[in-house]
Amino acid sequence: MKEENGMSLIVKRITRITVSLIFLFGVYIVLHGHLTPGGGFAGGVIIALSFIHLVLAFGKDEAMNKLNESIASIIESIGGLMFWGVALLGLLGGYFFLNILPKGEPFRLFSSGAIILYNIAIFLKVGAGLFSIFIAMAIFRMPAGDNTQEPKKR
Amino acid sequence: MIELSIILILMIIGAVVAMEIDDLLSSIIALGAVGIGLTLEFLLLRAPDLAITQLVVEILSLIILIRATIEVNKPLAQAVSLQKKIMHLAYFCFAIIFVALFIRFSYLAIRQLPDFGNPIMKMGGQYAEQALKKTGATNIVSAIILDFRGYDTLGEATILFTSVIGVISVLRLSGRKR
Repeated sequence: MKEENGMSLIVKRITRITVSLIFLFGVYIVLHGHLTPGGGFAGGVIIALSFIHLVLAFGKDEAMNKLNESIASIIESIGGLMFWGVALLGLLGGYFFLNILPKGEPFRLFSSGAIILYNIAIFLKVGAGLFSIFIAMAIFRMPAGDNTQEPKKR
Repeated sequence: MIELSIILILMIIGAVVAMEIDDLLSSIIALGAVGIGLTLEFLLLRAPDLAITQLVVEILSLIILIRATIEVNKPLAQAVSLQKKIMHLAYFCFAIIFVALFIRFSYLAIRQLPDFGNPIMKMGGQYAEQALKKTGATNIVSAIILDFRGYDTLGEATILFTSVIGVISVLRLSGRKR
């Protein structure tokens, strides 16, 4: 067996199941932010937590293939620009931050005009930003190929 | 409202333990207990948005703190001399005096405030009446922070962006000169 990265086999097997569920729950929290409690910030943190879960369970190499630091910074910049863009869209109707998109009927997914777009922008920004902070504070300090929780007994 | 007070007392105990304990990892765990207590307080006060955000941010910060401190897990306490013990006792007495003064004046100030749940300004009622009509969002918290108070959220996003830039530029690997 080649050298082990990350935690034990049990953790890896469970992580394969739970990561997608956590990711899905984060997307639900973001997209329903204008209908139920939650919103862009909480959903973004949940999605960042799902990627952090991957990093902790599988070690840094395998998880960084899916989302590495430069892609995370690009996604965060896209989120910031999208927030500005949707806010500038209000200038077409009068003033900054005006909600000019159609409101729809309440309790539907596509209602409330620009709020769902603001939620998605904040989600991109918070998720990528907090994931970058985690990588910077927890991974950059480690020497390459070293993990603190190495399973040795089997 | 008795459960609020019980959780508050537990949170204060957790905060004192987090400051006074020698082991760094135990200190972080006590800090996590304080955060979970705050989540329960938000739930009891019927603020589910805040409770969700507080819970997930607490978990994230705990992971980062444990990951950052797990290698330097050494006791902090060292042997102190008699002179330092006397100085600590003096600091303790000063702290007691200032805390007593703070409690006295905050009691005087808090008696002037309106009752719990009755805000001074009338903005809250206006938001609650007009949020659904003006924005179409049924979650009033989202309607306020993203529509009525969009500038605040823009400032918050800018703060997050700046902090990420700061952390990455201080801790980056490439481009660092000896």
